Amino acid sequence: MDALDRVVKPKTKRAKRFLEKREPKLKENTKNAMLIKGGNANLTVTEVLKDIYAVKKPFAVLYKKKNITRPFEDQTSLEFFSKKSDCSLFLFGSHNKKRPNNLIIGRMFDYHVLDMIELGIEKFVSLKDVKNSKCPEGTKPMLIFAGDMFEVNEEYRRLKSLLIDFFRGPSVPSIRLAGLEYVLHFTAVDGKIYMRSYKVLLKKSGCKIPRIELEEMGPSLDLVMRRTHLASDDLYKLSLKQPKALKPKKKKNISHDVFGTTYGRIHMQKQDLGKLQTRKMKGLKKRPAEKSAEDSGVSPKKSKSA
Amino acid sequence: VEDVLAAAEEQEAEKRRSVTVEKELELEFDLGNLLALDRNPPPAAGLRGAGPRREAQLRALARDNTQLLVARLWQLPAERAGGPGGPLVARLPEPAFRLPREKPPPRPRPPTRWEQFARLKGIRRRKRTALVWDEQAKEWRRRWGYRRAGGDPARAWLAEVPAGADPQEDQFAQLRREKRERVARNELNRLRNLARAHRAATTVPAAPLHPTGHQSREELGHVARVARVSTASLGRFQPRLPKEPAEPPSRSGGKKRRFEPLLGNLAAERGRQLELLRDMNSKKPVLDITRAVNKQLRQEEAEAAAAKGKKQSQRGKRGRRRQHVGRSGKKSG
Repeated sequence: MDALDRVVKPKTKRAKRFLEKREPKLKENTKNAMLIKGGNANLTVTEVLKDIYAVKKPFAVLYKKKNITRPFEDQTSLEFFSKKSDCSLFLFGSHNKKRPNNLIIGRMFDYHVLDMIELGIEKFVSLKDVKNSKCPEGTKPMLIFAGDMFEVNEEYRRLKSLLIDFFRGPSVPSIRLAGLEYVLHFTAVDGKIYMRSYKVLLKKSGCKIPRIELEEMGPSLDLVMRRTHLASDDLYKLSLKQPKALKPKKKKNISHDVFGTTYGRIHMQKQDLGKLQTRKMKGLKKRPAEKSAEDSGVSPKKSKSA
Repeated sequence: VEDVLAAAEEQEAEKRRSVTVEKELELEFDLGNLLALDRNPPPAAGLRGAGPRREAQLRALARDNTQLLVARLWQLPAERAGGPGGPLVARLPEPAFRLPREKPPPRPRPPTRWEQFARLKGIRRRKRTALVWDEQAKEWRRRWGYRRAGGDPARAWLAEVPAGADPQEDQFAQLRREKRERVARNELNRLRNLARAHRAATTVPAAPLHPTGHQSREELGHVARVARVSTASLGRFQPRLPKEPAEPPSRSGGKKRRFEPLLGNLAAERGRQLELLRDMNSKKPVLDITRAVNKQLRQEEAEAAAAKGKKQSQRGKRGRRRQHVGRSGKKSG
């Protein structure tokens, strides 16, 4: 628990900063991913892990050694790794006769496995095989999901959420428009998921919006969904819960209408309309003679009514 | 000239057309995450055959979707970062797609004993200066740490013997002992505060009712029962699941004995007392011995049959085949 972490007081500022980085915060850090090889990982799977590491640098850790575990049976070693390296996303690659070229993509909540989806790699074209220019490391990719399966099927919806979480990158307030170079496109067709990465070339067009040309770059995968281990609904809802402090504060007495006009409401105290300051029209000013006549004229009227 | 103009206009129109994309259903955008979701079903026929044709189709689809996403991004309010001449930067909205958190949101820690006391007394924290004027060294020195004001404590060469103390006692050792005790007490209080905070954090209200993933069957049954009763009408109109056993609502809430109120139904009490007297006076015994004995015998037979059936089923297929012959005989008994 977080309180128990403070039992051993950190002796240096660096240790203190390290612990502060790992503790739960209101606004969280970018999620790190750990890429693990299973007991018998073949060349394809290793290449896939290396390519995805290149895409996700510096928010990924690639483990070089093979780890003999089975994530679907026993999740303790995954949770141990996650706790040690502070990674909440993982990608586990393995290969055996029953499940060839297997890739398990998953995420953690509070260092326990939340969702895990097993995907089979049918075809893989690596970064090295495509001889085009690549975009710089650490570019925030644009993500596009095509296909109605991603909305209809519950497992595909979770997979979509997982993939967004995985490839999203750091959350930034603003982005340089010329730097939108990388796009990851996922298509769900016929029970298969095609992942393609393209480099975006912005060409001149008549208007302000540039014309897009795509150039194939980077890893492309043909995936098929195998087993899944999805979190129960209430655990998932618990993980989605955001603290109230993050909600944007609503400003009172301000409203907007359909056309975009902003309306504000001002609350005034009761005004004495007799003492209102209006514009001074010099021509309409009462001359002293008129003023005295009016005064004398006003009073008998008052006495009459009384 | 007209031809040139027509050609120029056609070129303009084509350029404008080249930026627009036609789609059946509008895409959903989440610009905070640079995300676009296309709900249109992709042309399955074209994508079935493997090979370069599929790649070309996928690339065309991707190009259209990316064009739409980039068009949206270009519509965002943009400014020149780093003064005029800097790169054009668009301000992204907050990410709308809900993704689960990494860790649960931090809980505010409960106040320590000192903080509670300070709040009670209205003591507020005074901001102290970092440097203190040292008279002896005639300069500003740190409050504590390396080269602190008030001289180096390790170099203190004089320790006065206080009035009521033993003259033979080692005052330096006394000072060291006191410092050690102070440090130990501070550490103890810090750990106590931590333990209190930890206890407050882990005792979630209604902890047994939250899903943990490792609950026993009885616990889950209890949770299910509590959940059933937690409706506005206290579970009266709650439909049963297909295999859930029908449980009559026990008004006593699980207690086996119920006691009548002391001054309740006077007539019923009178009736009960008279019946008691009647039973005491009558010659017939209250307990019907024959009925009781028969009931006991039947119960014993049923138990023996159940045990035998279980033993036979444990033996496997052979046991099951033999049981068919034996069972019909037992039914009549």
